[in-house]
Amino acid sequence: MSVLTLLPVRRRVPGVFVALTLTLAIGWLVVLVDGGQLFNQSTTVSLLHVAAGLGFVAVGQTLVILGGSLDLSVAYVISLSTLVAAETMNGSDGALLPAVGLALAVSAGVGLFNGLLVTRLRINAFIATLGVGLLLKGYLDSNYDGPAGATSPGLVQSLGYQRVGPVPLSFLLLLAVTGAAWFVLSRTRFGHHLVAVGGDPEVARLSGVRNDRVLVAAHVLCSLCAGLAGVYLASRLGSGAPRVGTEGLYDLESIAAVVIGGTALAGGRGGVVGTVGGVLLLASIDAIFNQLEVDAFFKQVIRGVIIIAAVAVYARRALRKAAS
Amino acid sequence: MQIVQRRPLPLRRVRLRPGGVLPILAILAVLLVLVGIRQPSFLDPPSLMSFLGRSAPVILLAAGQYFVIVSGEFDLSVGSLVTAQVVVAARLIDSDPARTWPVVLLLLAFGALVGLVNGLITTRLRVPSFITTLGMFLILVGAVYLWSDGAPKGGLSEEFRRFGRRAIEDVPLLGRVPYALLVLVVVAVLAVALMRSDFGRTLVAVGDNPRTAQLSGVRVWRTRTVAFILSGLAAAVAAILLGGYSGVSFQAGAGLEFGAITAVVLGGVALGGGRGSVVGAMLGALTLELLFALMNFYGVSGALRSTVQGAIILLAVAVSATRSSSR
Repeated sequence: MSVLTLLPVRRRVPGVFVALTLTLAIGWLVVLVDGGQLFNQSTTVSLLHVAAGLGFVAVGQTLVILGGSLDLSVAYVISLSTLVAAETMNGSDGALLPAVGLALAVSAGVGLFNGLLVTRLRINAFIATLGVGLLLKGYLDSNYDGPAGATSPGLVQSLGYQRVGPVPLSFLLLLAVTGAAWFVLSRTRFGHHLVAVGGDPEVARLSGVRNDRVLVAAHVLCSLCAGLAGVYLASRLGSGAPRVGTEGLYDLESIAAVVIGGTALAGGRGGVVGTVGGVLLLASIDAIFNQLEVDAFFKQVIRGVIIIAAVAVYARRALRKAAS
Repeated sequence: MQIVQRRPLPLRRVRLRPGGVLPILAILAVLLVLVGIRQPSFLDPPSLMSFLGRSAPVILLAAGQYFVIVSGEFDLSVGSLVTAQVVVAARLIDSDPARTWPVVLLLLAFGALVGLVNGLITTRLRVPSFITTLGMFLILVGAVYLWSDGAPKGGLSEEFRRFGRRAIEDVPLLGRVPYALLVLVVVAVLAVALMRSDFGRTLVAVGDNPRTAQLSGVRVWRTRTVAFILSGLAAAVAAILLGGYSGVSFQAGAGLEFGAITAVVLGGVALGGGRGSVVGAMLGALTLELLFALMNFYGVSGALRSTVQGAIILLAVAVSATRSSSR
């Protein structure tokens, strides 16, 4: 059963990478004609930095979406995590590990709360995570007016700006997280259960899967990933920022990246590798438009069109497959 | 076997909550009492009428969102649509009263067009409505900034603003009746009539089980597209009222989509479709607005408002969810 449901995943992954390659090739040409250079050191580095931030969130989001749920609170979890990390560190290297641990623990706590609301109280995930997001927003708005705390220099130098050749350490960390998530999804019992719950909760339950536990775990992992994104952003910004998550539109963008990566919004189909493709695609479009100095608002219009078009292509393909 | 066993559940659920408006009425009553204790003058007819007029745009949006949600979809684009409409209206009217009515018609057409596009992409191209309307949100926000070079231009005519901010004064008993309230009453009556018509029943049937509806001869795609058009039209009317009341800004519609969805859910409408009434949805919006008014009276700081809002939403939905699932 689970083998059958997993098969389309592997066939589907290339789609987004084809689109990514095409986008990069066309972008490279257009930028070249425009008199620029897309693949020089600085653009590549900034592209990968953008991808890393969104990537952590999107990988986590993939897990909940696969399970048929959704997390709209990630943007606030990110902001909260930057603040917890930066305020605990308060500029000293000694508090680095406890601070990161605390930030992740707080995030995991929010995830646990989300998961319990969705499973125990049976609140629709959309409303539950939106409500939790509002709770966090109120806390952030009433306690912080601007940046607070200071990230330890050690973290800034390592996670924030350290890189291997043109590849930032943070992107390597993203690859590691993605690898771990891929392993969990395709090689462990939890992963198979999660996909089964997302595919058909009733069937999963009748087959002996404990749906509630699986979904709660997925929500905790998702918030952990958002917390990690927060720690990363704190290392980039040098302090905690109470609005970084919402201003970056991390909630909606992460969902868009997941869906562009070929994961079905209804759950049960997809994977993290496609999601990273989706994240890279969004980041590349950003980088290309930056190089062409396209108006930021026009960029947003194009982004909207691309998100809809990408999903329409998947829907067509799924339809054709169903017909044949 | 399985199917036979699963069927009775939803039926019983419906019987448990006839109409589903009672819980929201109870919450509304409690809030009214709390407001009455703190600020008795709020319940005087004139201030109550003004409050209803101010709440009209959100209630309209909730009604529009209801059509989409009960048919089993989402519309995340309404907030950005309201912003776009207000900015477009200001630039096109450019403070010239003679252009008021043509622009009003244009706004309605624009709203319907956005709804049509949302609907067609969702139903014909099979893109989940969450993604369609999210994309539309990005497109509208980007396009409206692009079109106005980052700052709203022009201005609304006094004629246009009348709908949102003026009232018929010196009405016996009520004191004053805002135009917005009249618009709201007309739309509400139309919405209820629509839901009682064949189309309304079809809409709920489509949301409850699209497959069954399809097999009974309903053109599911057409019904859902009409729902999106209705939502776009509601957003247009809300934009006209909001632009009149609070003027032109890029923040005119910010966050309204989530507000409308919460209001609808608060009113006992199930996300995923097929359950709940349009009256419930509108009462949900009214309750949210009353909640904000109450927080003002109790001096809850603006920043904490969202925490209280979040807590109340979670509480209300949790209560109704546990009630409906405890067979």
